[in-house]
Amino acid sequence: MNIFVCVSQVPDTATRIKPAADGKSIDKTDVNFILNPYDEIAVEQALRFKEAQGGEVTVVSVGDDTVLNTIRKALAMGADKAIHIKTSDEIDGISAARAVADVIKNSNPDLILTGKESVDTNSGQFATFLGALLDFNVVNVAVKLDLTGTQLRAEREIEGGKEVVETSLPAVVSCQKGLNEPRLPTLKGIMASKTKKPEEIAFNGGSAYTTISELVKPPAKPAGKIVGADLSAVPALVDLLHNEAKVI
Amino acid sequence: MSSLLIVAEHRNGKLKKSSFEAISKGASVAKDLGLSAHVLLIGGTEVAGLTAEAANYGVTSVLTVTDPKLSAYANRAFATAITEAAKAKSASVILLSATSMGRELGAFVSVKLDASFASDCTDLQSAGGTLKVTRPVYTGKALSTVELKQAVKVITLRPNAFPVLSVPATASVESVSVSFTEKDFGSKVVDMITASGKLDVAEAEIVVSGGRSLGSAENFKILEDLAEVLGGAVGASRAAVDSGYRSHEDQVGQTGKVISPKLYIACGISGAIQHLAGMSSSKVIVAINKDKEAPIFQIADYGIVADLFEIVPALTAELKKRSH
Repeated sequence: MNIFVCVSQVPDTATRIKPAADGKSIDKTDVNFILNPYDEIAVEQALRFKEAQGGEVTVVSVGDDTVLNTIRKALAMGADKAIHIKTSDEIDGISAARAVADVIKNSNPDLILTGKESVDTNSGQFATFLGALLDFNVVNVAVKLDLTGTQLRAEREIEGGKEVVETSLPAVVSCQKGLNEPRLPTLKGIMASKTKKPEEIAFNGGSAYTTISELVKPPAKPAGKIVGADLSAVPALVDLLHNEAKVI
Repeated sequence: MSSLLIVAEHRNGKLKKSSFEAISKGASVAKDLGLSAHVLLIGGTEVAGLTAEAANYGVTSVLTVTDPKLSAYANRAFATAITEAAKAKSASVILLSATSMGRELGAFVSVKLDASFASDCTDLQSAGGTLKVTRPVYTGKALSTVELKQAVKVITLRPNAFPVLSVPATASVESVSVSFTEKDFGSKVVDMITASGKLDVAEAEIVVSGGRSLGSAENFKILEDLAEVLGGAVGASRAAVDSGYRSHEDQVGQTGKVISPKLYIACGISGAIQHLAGMSSSKVIVAINKDKEAPIFQIADYGIVADLFEIVPALTAELKKRSH
């Protein structure tokens, strides 16, 4: 099976985000970039399918040379090879998806996996963009995947429950926490990853359809009220919620 | 003349609250931009019973795409239906709710219409005839203003971020005929697994959340009791989910759900940055925690510095007492 996994790098989830001087992006000083946690689940899923049925896992990432760290992590987990679509231009979700679709379309992919969203832009759009561009089936926010031949049965998380989806390959699937527990790279994997040189391909994704014109910190909340430190605070809290906040 | 199209969602024969929010917002944006507003309903025979209610928000017409095969959700077919309706009405703005369905349909449709796409927006301003879109990024740690460059713009709106504004009215109902191909049904829903009657944290107006200090899955019962009295849902911090006390679908935070309920009650949650990112846009935040230094108190509107095991049952009892 020919599996592609699309990965991105994101600031570590414990990062305090500060707008940069340009007012449009984040200050990257002291920010530790990691493999997007949902993409890590996608890499793990690809490796499990490969281990069960054979095949090859190719990691794809778009961006400047800083994404190489992220690619290396996926290779260290066990991916076979990597493609680095190189650009330092401003890209958005759709131009990145176009670039990936352009690279993958002639490689006969069976399955393309990615995270349900990246924890920086939180758009959750990439898998669908890619599926629509390639004219493939799409399943988003998958928490369970059963593959029999080319038939895929998935459970995807929805509000208040799950949908059971039946589809067939080729397909694009976005992965949600709960699908699997990603492995840690082994020392052997880390050593092996050093010999796998990512293939560098020029970006061919066209222009971005969105730009961020401003990025600010959310307005700070005024200091709250400590209602009390014992049971006597309970009726007082109910009064406040009822009369002052008017939310109950 | 171009128009604005709002895609309304329904489940179990009822329109979703988030769709009323989207229709309300859509009707007002259309007015500002000088566009006609249309609501689109997609499905099987159940759609006929929903058109009157969808009209109650000041839109020009309610469009329907019906087919027996559309009674089960198939993302590609639904995307085709929206695309065809948008073309029929020359829509330049398409609004959906940022739900599990709306998020993927918005992305599909934006590719099909070569449109700009912005998902999960919390503010949409149209004064002066131009659209200004705000969406949280880095899980609410920052707010971005997004410029949508294409002529056609597809936008999904975060549930609970926009008010429902009912305008009793009638609108014409118009059926849009769409022909589907086999590929449109290449991915389809064959079954649903629903936690019985469970309200989702992302959709609830009131959320009662617990952290690791709850100590066990059983102890979440006191939060369930409080949520029940309030008609809300139970959420959990990542620490509580990682400890196995709750399932991931209840997780609030950067690697869980990002929510904006009317009232958020954090019980025994210290307020790690990854949790705050998921709930800090709640309208009113209450924190109950023994540790007065806990970061959650910095963003809480009301705090009680005490043991949650003492306070939560008392709060439930107090609310029950007053509801009589």
